[in-house]
Amino acid sequence: MESITLKKLKERFPDSIMETHSFRGDDTAIVKKEDIFKICEFLRDDNELLYNFMMDLTAVDYYGKESRFEVVYHLYSLKYNMRIRIKVPVPESDCTIDSIIPIWICADWFEREAYDLYGIIFKGHPNLKRILLYEEFEGHPLRKDYPVRGRQPLIGPKN
Amino acid sequence: MGITEDRGQRTEEEGLEQVLGNSVLLTKLDEIIGWGRKYSFFLYPFITACCGMEFMSLAGPRYDLDRFGSALPRFSPRQADLLMVVGTISHKQAPILVKVYNQMTEPKWVFSFGVCATSGGFYDNYATVQGIDTLIPVDVYVPGCPPRPEMVIDGLLRLQQKVAKERWSDWPRGEAPVTKKI
Amino acid sequence: MSDLAKNLHTEHMVINMGPSHPVTHGTVKFLVTLDGETIVDFDVEIGYLHRGFEKMCENSTWEQVFPYTDRLNYLSPIINNVGYALAVEKLIGIDTPERCKYVRVIVSELSRLADHLTNVAASGLELGAFTAFLYFVEARDLIWDLLESVCGARLTSNYVRIGGLKNDLPDGFKEQTKEVFKRCRELWIDVDKLLTKNRIFIDRLKDVGIMPPDEAIAWGFTGPCLRASGVPYDVRKAQPYLVYDQIDFEIPIGEKGDNFDRYLVRMEEINQSMRIVEQALDKLPDGPINVDMPEYRWQSKDDIYTKIESLIFHFKTVTGGIRVPPGEVYFPVEGANGEVGFYLVSDGSGKPYKCRVRPPCFPLTAAMPRMVKGALIADIVPTFDMIHMIGGECDR
Ligand code: SF4
Repeated sequence: MESITLKKLKERFPDSIMETHSFRGDDTAIVKKEDIFKICEFLRDDNELLYNFMMDLTAVDYYGKESRFEVVYHLYSLKYNMRIRIKVPVPESDCTIDSIIPIWICADWFEREAYDLYGIIFKGHPNLKRILLYEEFEGHPLRKDYPVRGRQPLIGPKN
Repeated sequence: MGITEDRGQRTEEEGLEQVLGNSVLLTKLDEIIGWGRKYSFFLYPFITACCGMEFMSLAGPRYDLDRFGSALPRFSPRQADLLMVVGTISHKQAPILVKVYNQMTEPKWVFSFGVCATSGGFYDNYATVQGIDTLIPVDVYVPGCPPRPEMVIDGLLRLQQKVAKERWSDWPRGEAPVTKKI
Repeated sequence: MSDLAKNLHTEHMVINMGPSHPVTHGTVKFLVTLDGETIVDFDVEIGYLHRGFEKMCENSTWEQVFPYTDRLNYLSPIINNVGYALAVEKLIGIDTPERCKYVRVIVSELSRLADHLTNVAASGLELGAFTAFLYFVEARDLIWDLLESVCGARLTSNYVRIGGLKNDLPDGFKEQTKEVFKRCRELWIDVDKLLTKNRIFIDRLKDVGIMPPDEAIAWGFTGPCLRASGVPYDVRKAQPYLVYDQIDFEIPIGEKGDNFDRYLVRMEEINQSMRIVEQALDKLPDGPINVDMPEYRWQSKDDIYTKIESLIFHFKTVTGGIRVPPGEVYFPVEGANGEVGFYLVSDGSGKPYKCRVRPPCFPLTAAMPRMVKGALIADIVPTFDMIHMIGGECDR
């Protein structure tokens, strides 16, 4: 049986939901990147959903696929004790997506991290700079084409 | 457990040493100073990662580093003479380690605590330094992930032996070889 | 007088705390802008312990990821082990035997105990209560002795396996636990007497770093810090995993969400964890600890030496790693600091395509500026202590 979240999402945004599934019981919706802000706002504010926690935000690099990256949001609703995963494909040619900081403030650092490690630009982020690595670092290490041992030392030899 | 014996050669001899040479007086003085130094390490814990938890235990009641005369952590590098590098050093952290090392006054010793500090451990990737000896000279390496307290104590005793044998001419060591001049 | 106040202009001063500073007991840098002693601006810089966890996982087999998970939250490594194992098991779709679940609960709670003990000990140390530190480090060493007898390592245990455990509990574990807990309770009472009614300690912690519940939720707080704000969210209760639904325990919640509440919540959770361990030991059923699926979990040594299929599977899993079906899952467990969630993506090869962990102290550290702005510089220390940022987990 389809969960209430997926049903409501499909009713409300028939054009933006590209696909849904519930693999191993994890409700997942793949949505278009233009509508991510609207969808997140709806998920947080709808009275039957109330996803007030943004638990996790990360990205995945599907190297070689048509739209290379995917930004993944994990949300949790404290009141109804439900979880949902929202996935947004982001092509390499236009590696940007809207920031959701106005909805959940904790997205701030998570977005910076995704930018740092994957190079995805979050439009509207007030302070989008590297967080785990240093400014001098070139490239984005968690991309699949970045070598594991691609060291860029600030000081000392490059062994 | 390894100890590096060589300190690098000093090119010119100066001062007292030139006058007295390797006379009895100077060797005896060396022995006394070495004996004094080995029981009074002021350590600077450069704690970054998991090994630090083991370090807490060491300072705690059961293992009690106090017994070996090295209980007093100094949190200013200028007051310390034993740099304990405890944990993984990432490339972001490396300049800070070198800076702390350079700020310490001579004579100073470096203790590499755990396999990450020693060789990078199993983090062989873009983010970590492959051993602090690529940055600063190291006196004692203690492997283990994290090393057991007994092992650290063993390493400390060996460092004491090493310190006791040191000569006047071994100092100063100078800045870390990779120091960037700005 | 008013003249003086007008002419006495103060300049803002910028102070750099860290990244190697005694109170930043991980490696973190604060950029504090001060007006006198009041904090006007506060910036946190993390990443000094970034060790490429995800990159390493993507280049390891599914089994080889366990040691890396140990070193995320290195104070409670087994909870991370359990979380990762449960996530992989969910991805494969296997259910572990009952005994395995109970043992996992026992070791997780022992880990949580060690974590909370260290947190209180370190906070005491940094606020000048050295005796409390010594007492709780002793208690933690006792807990570590227990863990060592189970998994052979004091700190980085690497004990859990996909579909089971490395080994069973040793003989006499129950009696040993009883003795250890007896001593731990004595030490707990001592520390409670030393700290909970201590004027200095209360003054440093009370009404500092307040976080109202709605804001705590918006900032993504979980774990003891969220519960101190009065939100009763605990993954063990909300979405029980393992056998937490068969065990009777309470989750303490605070009223105000200040540092003192966080301290009280942690102290009470120490007691609750001991209760859980005792109940689980009483209920511990007999039976196997590993699933009977040779393609995922090795059979026993006897089987491997005497049966050809077991030998073949052993060879395959050891040399090539196990095969996990393609798909993706998210599995949350309650870590010592909050919700530890593993998000795994598999492409059907022998390695994780993506292995992401949701670090509970990442959003907590992000909220530091919100909590200390406008407070005094001395308030940074208790607030940061009670956030309990763990470098390995925050920076990965
Ligand atoms: S040696 Fe092991 S325990 Fe020590 S810092 Fe490295 S990973 Fe952590």
